Amino acid sequence: MEKILEVRNLSKVFGKGCPNCFIKTGPDLDTNICPDCGSVVAIHDLSLDLYKGEILGIMGESGSGKSTVVKNLFFDQEPTSGRATFFDDDKQYDLFGLNAAQKRHLRNHRFGMVYQNPHLGLNFGISSGGNIAERLLMNDLRNYSEIRERARELLERTEVLTNRMDELPGNFSGGMQQRVQIAKALAINPPLLFLDEVTTGLDLSVQAKILDLILEIQQEMNTAMIVVTHDLGVVRLLAGRTIVMKYGRIIESGLTDQILEDPQHAYTQRLVASAL
Amino acid sequence: MTAMRKANAAYPFGFLDEYAKKEVRRTILKAIAIPGYQVPYSSREMPMGRGFGTGGLQLTLSIIGADDTLKVIDQGSDDSVNAVNLRSFIEMTCDGIDTTDITDEANVIQSRHRIPEKPLREDQVIVLQVPYPDPLVVVEPSEDKRKIMHGEADYSRLLVKLYEDIVQFDEITISHRYPTRINDHYVIDPSPIPRWDVPKLNQSKALVLLGAGREKKIYAVPPYTDAEPLAFDDVPFRVESFNDENGQRRCCDRCGDNTSFLDEFTSSVGNKVYQCSDSDWCREQLVAKGE
Amino acid sequence: MTAEPILSVEGFSKQFELHEQGKIIPSSSNVNFDVYAGKLTALIGPTGAGKSSVLKGIFRTYLPSSGRIIYHAVNGHTLDLVQADDYQILDLRRQEIGFVTQFLHALPRQATEDVVAQPLFQRGVNRDQARQKARELLEQLNIPERLWSVPPATFSGGEKQRVNLARGLIAKPRLLLLDEPTASLDPATTDRVVEMIQAMKIEGTAMLAIFHHPDLVERLADNVVTLTPPLALDNKEVA
Repeated sequence: MEKILEVRNLSKVFGKGCPNCFIKTGPDLDTNICPDCGSVVAIHDLSLDLYKGEILGIMGESGSGKSTVVKNLFFDQEPTSGRATFFDDDKQYDLFGLNAAQKRHLRNHRFGMVYQNPHLGLNFGISSGGNIAERLLMNDLRNYSEIRERARELLERTEVLTNRMDELPGNFSGGMQQRVQIAKALAINPPLLFLDEVTTGLDLSVQAKILDLILEIQQEMNTAMIVVTHDLGVVRLLAGRTIVMKYGRIIESGLTDQILEDPQHAYTQRLVASAL
Repeated sequence: MTAMRKANAAYPFGFLDEYAKKEVRRTILKAIAIPGYQVPYSSREMPMGRGFGTGGLQLTLSIIGADDTLKVIDQGSDDSVNAVNLRSFIEMTCDGIDTTDITDEANVIQSRHRIPEKPLREDQVIVLQVPYPDPLVVVEPSEDKRKIMHGEADYSRLLVKLYEDIVQFDEITISHRYPTRINDHYVIDPSPIPRWDVPKLNQSKALVLLGAGREKKIYAVPPYTDAEPLAFDDVPFRVESFNDENGQRRCCDRCGDNTSFLDEFTSSVGNKVYQCSDSDWCREQLVAKGE
Repeated sequence: MTAEPILSVEGFSKQFELHEQGKIIPSSSNVNFDVYAGKLTALIGPTGAGKSSVLKGIFRTYLPSSGRIIYHAVNGHTLDLVQADDYQILDLRRQEIGFVTQFLHALPRQATEDVVAQPLFQRGVNRDQARQKARELLEQLNIPERLWSVPPATFSGGEKQRVNLARGLIAKPRLLLLDEPTASLDPATTDRVVEMIQAMKIEGTAMLAIFHHPDLVERLADNVVTLTPPLALDNKEVA
């Protein structure tokens, strides 16, 4: 198996920070807010590996820092410290050492992100097809009919009615918007895809279809994914391995079925026990 | 006229003081050095409302000298109110310059909405008045973000706009201000010239200067520089067609030329009439026909 | 036995530490046995003897508390499944070790034939071929053809169990763990399953199984390991 992403000692503090931030926060102290300076320690000393074609789950409640992890990796936010290396065939990139243009290049050409809020991932001012076209145009595809064709294929793949591809995403249901977002993220066949609470707030039946789609895509394209969720059901169905976070720290990690059936940490035991 | 002459005496040559002109010239040099890049400058107050060509005017006033011959056109015509006013202001404040209506005779041409039909020469400079310098403003409201997009030559969202246009109308409907990539990097708003004039920017022998007074930006298409309108491989850029319903190229009602950009009028009897938009071109065609 | 075992469980113990309740619950204690290629080892013992815990401990669904689980992989390497990292386990699950449990976990909307074909999809087998293979197995297990394209969510317990079985068998694992695979099957279908297990034994699959019925142990087991419930540790406080 080939490694695609290696994250080491990632930390992210919102606020000015002080020497006590990491000492005075964390799951043991039951807070992520530094009592001395009021900064929020979203992530502290997080390390993880991701292999080609693997789905890694990051599970935690609100405030655990799980979304911050993918936002840092997708360059939506800048980490306070730490390293992340992206292995792309024979090339490797020190993600946090790249300049803005290099970051944008990776975002546009090698990474995909699907947000909980479709407004973050889609431009609601242009048609669904146009949203996908944008990503293809970023990849220097300059042939209108090819772009149309590819957009149609992607929407078909994600089960969006292609006769609606010229409509604005605002006309669509939440589940449909997520499908368009997934189609957009996949437009360039990214080897690495981040999914941030993609099924939260959707009807159960719609959730199931989206999860099914994600899994199919992973198997078809061997896409490596990090799936951020507070939903145990989502990791159970999607992730081979799972990381459990609380107040910015990893408190447990392992194979997903082991985490769910034999959780080691008191917090995870409580989380699993309280799930429906 | 006497009152005007008196006023003239109170102002330096070119209305602007030397320092102001120097700043504009420095900005021009930078704009030439980075083709298509919008260089910010401290646009001066002019004795006319911003939006009436103050950007172009400041460029002209900064580069013109007493030996130069100036032509000012608006929508192709030297006689429109705007052109007349700008011309007389420049005449008034630039002692000794010559003015002309004839494209061939001018070495500085200030224009709004058109580039003359007659191919320009290396010894000519054309100054275009620009209302909105940034082509990205239609897709990105934040100037900070637009600057980054320009820096990284990230124009995919502009291309999406074209895509949406084709989806909706089966063709690119932009008639004026067609986004054009200069020297393989910066995309400019070439000012409200029609598509017809965009190809004239490509490998132009004359220096093209563009000034936006209200937006405080100057940019340039230097001589012999590539200017490529954004388009798709299979939906290429096209200029306006002046064919009639039978596919016949319309010609100018006055001079009979069938190669120039035509304006459409409704005649006194109610039918449509076409005439050269470039009045000097039309005149020249008439002269050639011996009329 | 002259052959080398594929799997050797040595001194395996599993206990659960329940933080919330402050309890340690012992599940299996000091379990020792071997599993051989082409042979079926049956775990027997009363309820609470920790039979399922042993299977789950081997599969890493449970983290073993102590002991060694030595696995001889197809490439000739030997590794201790207790010490192996997550990726090694995932790889073995994909390539060599199968587990048929009593419960079916499948994607909500997935067609039954795709549920069954899943292990082959994961190995990168062509989808049509994988589905074809799945249909053959479903047919052998008496699942009516009209159900193949329907998700198994609404199936009866016995049907679900057969789907689960088909999924466990399809990839022909080297080592197959079976946790009461026939618990809710009618006698005729049970006979089918017995035949299939026997066929797999002949093909060389090593099996470790828990059976509901002593009768099945009789019919299928080559070795029998008896587990006893671990010593009561009731109300023992967490250290």
